[in-house]
Amino acid sequence: MSANVAAAAKAAPSPEDKSAISVRDMRKCFGDHEVLKGISLEAHKGDVISILGSSGSGKSTMLRCINLLETPDSGEVRVDGELIRMKQARDGRQMPADIRQVERIRANLAMVFQSFNLWSHMTVLENLVAAPTHVLKRPRAECLEQAEALLKRVGIWERRNYYPPHMSGGQQQRAAIARALAMNPKVMLFDEPTSALDPELVGEVLRVMRSLAEEGRTMLVVTHEMGFARDVSSKVMFLHKGEVDSVGEPKEMFAKPPTPQFKQFIANFNK
Amino acid sequence: MDFDFYLSTMWSVLKALPLTLEIWFFGIAFGLIIATGLTWLRASGHKLGEYFTRAYVFVFRGSPLLVQLYLIYFGLSQFDFVRHSPILWPILRDPMYCTIVAMALNTAAYESEIFRGALRAVPVGQIEAAKAFGMPAFTRFRLVTLPIALRLALPAYSTEIILMTKATALASVVTIMEMMGTAQKIQHDTFRPIEVLTCAGVIYLLLNLSIARLFAWVEYRLSPHLRPPPEQSQQIKPVPEVL
Ligand SMILES: Nc1ncnc2c1ncn2[C@@H]1O[C@H](COP(=O)(O)OP(=O)(O)O)[C@@H](O)[C@H]1O
Ligand SMILES: [Mg+2]
Repeated sequence: MSANVAAAAKAAPSPEDKSAISVRDMRKCFGDHEVLKGISLEAHKGDVISILGSSGSGKSTMLRCINLLETPDSGEVRVDGELIRMKQARDGRQMPADIRQVERIRANLAMVFQSFNLWSHMTVLENLVAAPTHVLKRPRAECLEQAEALLKRVGIWERRNYYPPHMSGGQQQRAAIARALAMNPKVMLFDEPTSALDPELVGEVLRVMRSLAEEGRTMLVVTHEMGFARDVSSKVMFLHKGEVDSVGEPKEMFAKPPTPQFKQFIANFNK
Repeated sequence: MDFDFYLSTMWSVLKALPLTLEIWFFGIAFGLIIATGLTWLRASGHKLGEYFTRAYVFVFRGSPLLVQLYLIYFGLSQFDFVRHSPILWPILRDPMYCTIVAMALNTAAYESEIFRGALRAVPVGQIEAAKAFGMPAFTRFRLVTLPIALRLALPAYSTEIILMTKATALASVVTIMEMMGTAQKIQHDTFRPIEVLTCAGVIYLLLNLSIARLFAWVEYRLSPHLRPPPEQSQQIKPVPEVL
């Protein structure tokens, strides 16, 4: 209980509250298919933003443009106030001006994938220490200690010497979340973290995510879990055909859908 | 059966094993270096590199190793510039070096295709995870792409190495007295081809058996994640020994 109070205090907006992620007018085409048509997004520290939208609306692309797994065609991305610098490539497209800067920023933006993407040739423990030791250059012993603590937290410490293919989907996704936490990221990006899981395994992953939200972590969560969006997130963003259809406070959004598209979307879920 | 003859032939052919192994070792070692270069050239994304490696693979995979060996040993020495070159001539006038060169060039074509396929087969998600965690390109390659690609390449690579073991026998046509050359000489002297070739065949078989076992062991060691987890395999009870 006291932990929750402390977490709540930490998450409460303070006057010096700063932007964690700021996206301005992001556009992205695949061929002549415009997938993102000018997306803007403001995430403050401690925000948990649920990104909703039907399949193909551009949710994954938006998330992947933030950490530059895809290169946006135009628009600005700022992480922690720092602008990701872009330059014009010879073919006229945008590309990162400084790959070192991108790598440094990526290390602050841990990502959790729909299909876990744990490194299959490494044990769970090795998965957790690989990036902290090789990217952040932290001492291995310290990383191991932190990794074990994180695995205890997500409840799979007993499986620390297992290889990912030997674990259930829920365990793999919890390991993937622990791997992300091991980077001490400023923002966590989740791309449909429970969509590849059997229904009975969704709960264990959502519980971990809920506890992260409670301790005041900044999270962008692409999800189809309406319960999580409504009860856990501080903001809901609804994407429709590559555009931000509506943004708002979750309780209000679900109580009074601001647009017909969003109304239709949640109606489909309640069926 | 003339056991003494079998034994003495076995012994004579075995004495040529070190030479066979020498050709084999240097052939695959240089072959691996060339294959690595070709793979890198092909993966680098330069059009010129791609055309070169495609042409290389086409030529060396498309023609018999024996033809390549003859062309290198007999063909290249036809050129004046080769005979007057202080670097090329000492290599190309020596049948042993020629065999190694031919084997290396030939196996490199196959291996570069094996490696290219393996690199392409590394799941994108594994690489994307490494990117998303801020790993620079080289770290990504060393920690994720390469270890996965090597495991994928190993079965085909071991087959290629076994083919190379057998290919060392071609050295006999350019006067090298490795195992096959020795066997042929004994056969020539004794007119007992069946016994002699049986001896040689058995030695090649045993050699390849050991190589295959070695690769199987390496593969086993490198792929604990593809086997059932530890306690699961213990759950499978051993068959009770009733007999
Ligand atoms: N690498 C790609 N190449 C071409 N088209 C893509 C690529 N990635 C996504 N798309 C297309 O972009 C659209 C949006 O995809 P995505 O962002 O994955 O949607 P969501 O995550 O909301 O389901 C889809 O129509 C998809 O087919
Ligand atoms: Mg998606």
